[in-house]
Amino acid sequence: MNGIKWTKLNWIFFTISALFILPGVYSLVRWGLELSVDFTGGTLLEISADGLNQDGIAELINGKGLSLKSIQSSGDKSLLLRFDSLEEASKDDLLNTINETNGSLPEVVRWESLGPALGQELLTKTGISILLAILVILVYINLQFKNRAFGVCAVLAMLHDSLILLGSFSLLGHFFGVEVDSLFVTAVLTILSFSVHDTVVVYDRIRELSRINPKMSFEEISDLAISQTLVRSINNSLTIIFMLIALVWLGGETIRNFALALLIGTVAGTYSSTFTAVPLLVVWQKAFRKRWK
Amino acid sequence: MKNRRLLFWSILLLTLASLLIDLPTSYRLKFKVGSFSFDQEISRPFAFLRRFKLVRGLDLAGGVHLMFRAKMDGVAQEDRDQALVSLRDNIERRVNLFGVSEAVIQTSKAADQHRLIVELPGVVNVGEAIDLVGKTAQLDFRESVEIPPEATESATIYDLFAGKTGLTGAHLIKSEVQFNPNTGKPEVGLEFDEEGKKLFGEITGRNVEKPLAIFLDGLLVSAPQVKEPITDGKAAISGEFDLRQAKSLVSQLNAGSLPVSIELIERRQVGPTLGEESVQKSMKAGLVGLAIVALFMAIYYRWLGILADAGLIVYALISLAIYKLIPVTLTLPGLTGFLLSVGMAVDGNILIFERMKEELKQGKPWNVAMELGFGRAWDSIRDANVCTLIICFLLFNPFDWGFLSNSAMVRGFAVTLFLGVFIGMFTGIIVARTLLRVFARKKA
Repeated sequence: MNGIKWTKLNWIFFTISALFILPGVYSLVRWGLELSVDFTGGTLLEISADGLNQDGIAELINGKGLSLKSIQSSGDKSLLLRFDSLEEASKDDLLNTINETNGSLPEVVRWESLGPALGQELLTKTGISILLAILVILVYINLQFKNRAFGVCAVLAMLHDSLILLGSFSLLGHFFGVEVDSLFVTAVLTILSFSVHDTVVVYDRIRELSRINPKMSFEEISDLAISQTLVRSINNSLTIIFMLIALVWLGGETIRNFALALLIGTVAGTYSSTFTAVPLLVVWQKAFRKRWK
Repeated sequence: MKNRRLLFWSILLLTLASLLIDLPTSYRLKFKVGSFSFDQEISRPFAFLRRFKLVRGLDLAGGVHLMFRAKMDGVAQEDRDQALVSLRDNIERRVNLFGVSEAVIQTSKAADQHRLIVELPGVVNVGEAIDLVGKTAQLDFRESVEIPPEATESATIYDLFAGKTGLTGAHLIKSEVQFNPNTGKPEVGLEFDEEGKKLFGEITGRNVEKPLAIFLDGLLVSAPQVKEPITDGKAAISGEFDLRQAKSLVSQLNAGSLPVSIELIERRQVGPTLGEESVQKSMKAGLVGLAIVALFMAIYYRWLGILADAGLIVYALISLAIYKLIPVTLTLPGLTGFLLSVGMAVDGNILIFERMKEELKQGKPWNVAMELGFGRAWDSIRDANVCTLIICFLLFNPFDWGFLSNSAMVRGFAVTLFLGVFIGMFTGIIVARTLLRVFARKKA
């Protein structure tokens, strides 16, 4: 692989990135994200019983004048109900009525209710933690590599991954009703660190190679660095991806979306650390025409 | 050379110790060989190790998570922190009386609000729990009554202090710990308002040399002896208590005097079956994932990969032991964090092995290539993991910064990922290297 001129293919890599980012961005602008009760406030009730009929239950709830926002099945015999709000008494009343019509008292699998102010707070906190994360990583990479280009390009690659992740969930939300909750935020932050994790390894190699071969051009060094780290980068991500696929596939409803977010982010991060972070660095060096080091 | 052997044995010892802690506290062993049958409960060896258990979070154990906003409007700005502590202590006391084990009650301040977070594992009846926590504390003072001699045997504390005085927590401005200027011992100071001052003067006037009882939520808190009538509205309870006891008494008195009511703003309830199901599914997913990762390493890196797999097993054993030792409250996101870190733990190995391959390609002898691989890969491993550790720090929010999240679920993820990265660096580098050196010697 040592002879491949990766940097000559930059435009292909940027095109691939664009193909994945643009639909997501379009969806984000057009439809936004499907926010869960963590962000909007309201009540979520998951009940489980044999023979629950989705339409029947919906009718029953509307008959009671309760503010049902959505109803969907989750798992074999469970229903996920969302309300603007639901008092304890109304919930008990509802369960009793279902008991009468259905013949068995449903089990409350989950019952979450949040005031609307908390959602706003979570949004603010999310914003702050993401900004803080980006800032700290930027500072760290600048300190490590003593070169602004590295920090900026690593953060750009990181944003690339976040955009793909957010875009995917916007699309998933619009077409499949997948919701974004506080764990999704956790996934985004984790992906920020994963993205940098791989990028640092390639950049490390660029730094090392340029020290050994001071006469080589930046493009040549980048080509070599990509060739030398690509297998490692892919193998390392593969082990994480295997684990995440197992979780998405077998891990159960509650963390499926969380694992899926991590999976999409990891795949994007693996791609970007080699095929976005390095090309960006090359473009940066060309644009500013500075002697590197 | 001697050091290396020592390291090898220490790792082995550490692994065995972890294995001991990882074993279930007790397990019913049942088997039959021919005519010999065995059926006995096997306990984890060494009694002192038996107290380490895996702590399961609410989402796994089932239970209720409640968040309240404390309404502090009626409380002076400088007394609010104290009021919140009193509120917590009082609710903690009630919850303990209610018989909920391992309840967690925390205070937090966010968005200019004083908050109280109550987590009750295993509680299914939320309505009852909310009533229990949500009611405002009632403090009142009662005087003793004469008990007829024939009834002294059966008289309870309630019969003794049946005299309602009309003096309640509403009359108490505040209570604080103070030190007696003469003896230097801690005392509990009380300060009453105008009406309370008058009432307290009358009550102490007619109860000199008699006890005056203080009840909180109908339970006796303290029954100090009245020494003399107190008419200035400022009393001090002195006695043989240390600072901690004095603080606890102050907290109880304040709970009854500071008019803090609470409002429920968040409620999450998880039924017991969801958690059980989630644990089983995650375990299954984890084992399948682990098997694929191990297989991948063995196929791609051959015997090097098998050594890495041995490191991975050590990794899993140590992690589980540490979860029990700290203890880490294990949540579903926490389990995900752990499984994720299994995937990351071999990262170090992959970096090193790829490096070794390069050095070998350049014609270096095998053991030189190995040492170089470990040495040179270290910088990359460190730099790459620092970022993950920083993010874990932000997610865990150890200083409870108001502008970051302090959700138990997010924390559960951060803590297992953080530990995972650390333990993974240890097993991926030190354990793998030690095993390789032992192996390499035999090979040479």
